[in-house]
Amino acid sequence: MSDTTATATTTATAAQGRRTPRRSLVAQALQESFFAGLLAAVLASFILGVKTVDAPGGLQLQYRWHWVLYAFAIVSVGRFLLILFWWRRDAKLPAVLGAASAGAGRAIAPLGKWVGLALVAFAFIFPFMPFTGRYELDIAILVLTYVLLGWGLNVVVGYAGLLDLGYVAFYAVGAYSYALLAKTFGLGFWTVLPLAGILAAIWGMILGFPVLRLRGDYLAIVTLAFGEIIRVVLLNWQSVTGGPDGITGIPRPTFFGLEFKRFGENTFHEFFGLEYSPMHRLYFLYFIILVLAMITFFVTNRLRRLPVGRAWEAMREDEIACRSLGINPTNTKLTAFAIGAFFGGLGGSFFATRQGFISPESFTFIESAIILAIVVLGGLGSQIGVAIAAIVMIGGFEVFRGLEEYRMLLFGLLMVVIMVWKPRGLVSTRMPTIFLGKEKKAISSDYVGEGSG
Amino acid sequence: MSRPILSVEHMTMRFGGLLAIDDLSFVAERGRITAIIGPNGAGKTTVFNCITGFYKPTTGRITLTHENGETFLLERLDDFRITHHAKVARTFQNIRLFGGMTVLENLMVAQHNMLMRASGFSLAAVFWPRGYRRKENEAVDLARYWLDKTGLLDRADEPAASLPYGAQRRLEIARAMCTRPVLLCLDEPAAGLNPRESAELNELLMSIRDDDGISILLIEHDMGVVMKISDHIVVLDYGRKIAEGTPQEVRNDPAVIAAYLGVADEEVEQVEQEVGGAS
Repeated sequence: MSDTTATATTTATAAQGRRTPRRSLVAQALQESFFAGLLAAVLASFILGVKTVDAPGGLQLQYRWHWVLYAFAIVSVGRFLLILFWWRRDAKLPAVLGAASAGAGRAIAPLGKWVGLALVAFAFIFPFMPFTGRYELDIAILVLTYVLLGWGLNVVVGYAGLLDLGYVAFYAVGAYSYALLAKTFGLGFWTVLPLAGILAAIWGMILGFPVLRLRGDYLAIVTLAFGEIIRVVLLNWQSVTGGPDGITGIPRPTFFGLEFKRFGENTFHEFFGLEYSPMHRLYFLYFIILVLAMITFFVTNRLRRLPVGRAWEAMREDEIACRSLGINPTNTKLTAFAIGAFFGGLGGSFFATRQGFISPESFTFIESAIILAIVVLGGLGSQIGVAIAAIVMIGGFEVFRGLEEYRMLLFGLLMVVIMVWKPRGLVSTRMPTIFLGKEKKAISSDYVGEGSG
Repeated sequence: MSRPILSVEHMTMRFGGLLAIDDLSFVAERGRITAIIGPNGAGKTTVFNCITGFYKPTTGRITLTHENGETFLLERLDDFRITHHAKVARTFQNIRLFGGMTVLENLMVAQHNMLMRASGFSLAAVFWPRGYRRKENEAVDLARYWLDKTGLLDRADEPAASLPYGAQRRLEIARAMCTRPVLLCLDEPAAGLNPRESAELNELLMSIRDDDGISILLIEHDMGVVMKISDHIVVLDYGRKIAEGTPQEVRNDPAVIAAYLGVADEEVEQVEQEVGGAS
């Protein structure tokens, strides 16, 4: 995208240059950036220049014309620099940066496994680091939840190429399964966890059936609707789900029957003779989600190398060719939905036990969108990319809490920048699942399909 | 005497008001190369799509017989079941490879059904991969055999989309062969090949027939290929069979010549009389 624009601009500039040879590039750049700045100033005058404030007797307008000036300055200077150093035909900067980025990519690619191992090792010692407090641990738990969800959705969107906008439905099914089963039948977390996963997987298949014939945009719309249906049912089925009040007092997970309470019969700190600390439960939750995420990684990564995983990817590349090879498209798509939903259900269960309280509020479309954004930004089909994107997106979101409403702006910008710079996500190459020779080479994203249904 | 591997009886295919195939009957003998030829729009690919289940014929019967006498009525089977159970494999006129997967992966996907069973539908092999490994190695061996035969062995780990055109055509044949078919259906395998490549293709197809004992059904425009390797030729025009026989017979058939080359206006009536109004 940016390349095309850049080339177009350079050609335009060059063409103008030929017609008026006396004008230097700098003069031309000045003119262009002045008009760009002017445009920005016009736009900014309404958005930034005028603000409504509360005043006695109603709202009043407050003028902030200096903001318009800033907008003008930023855009015109930015454009001036871009013209001089980036869009020029003989500009060296893009080539240098491109080479550096490609070189770094080549250098990192063989280290992928080691980077992954280092990340896992770090994840295991993270809670015991000196800088890790309650707040950091909380964020880490949240990030890991999204890593798990991202890996789960990656099966559907990344491998099978089925655009699913209603993934949060399975997260909700998992959460409510745990909450209801635990509260109604008194089942423990570890019993319900696989049950919740299986229930979510069944819902995944129920969703899968009607959408089998749909592709692309149509599939996305129906999955979006499915996500909303689940949420609306949870909201209105007052007698079972508690409606908008949600479910409170969801049991906490136990460590082999030992509870994380200050007082009680079988408490963790008494059994091990430790001083009571609320941090124990947090450590415990952290390791639960870490292990769950590792299991998700292991299973999805393994499945990718097995026949069903290859069939998912083949289905993404060309469904008709798959049929001609005797692959049952119904089963293949349904397994993708079911496996993806299963991990969504695990994530949901964990969410319910961590919060101790759930309500339909937690399962809105924005959750689906965030998980999908993690998968797309990380690189469709790339597990390490998804993990990095989850850390950056969720972790960053929390770290920049101080910026208040501007952090949304920052994240919008970040997403745009990533998509312009790496349209196929952070890690866009695809690693083959089997090799004949010794050399293990990744496949460039130029060849890999995105799937259309 | 063995029964023919494929017999098509009174097959008709309509798309709304368009009669694409009109009461077509022919048989393909076991262990032979049968070619379907005809001018553009004659309905050749439609015949193929009916045989491989991508279309359901409006009327008619398509019977496939295995060597052990087991028969399959193809017009009643789903497309993927035709490949899986009846063992008919096909290629496409516009190549359909899994471009982002390597050459070897393409051939592994082709062995999906065998590997699915071996891996306990993939779920068992997540935790107990040992038994599956052996089967996977067998699958790799079969892939290696076909890669060797199609001359793609040294490109096994490259993405399929990066291969040159001729190699992609050969890969598609190798992929179809990895489903272990009894009947291989090729939709214009020589389209876009240069003379040397199409000579190699001839060798490959004859070797598949003679060494591997696979029957072949072929649609082809390239008469160099068709006339050299076919044992039996069926000629279609406007959805109807206008001639069939050995290459020699077909080549001299006036109806075929009329369909392909057209005739001068004054000859039309005369030819129509000879042919019996077939065109």
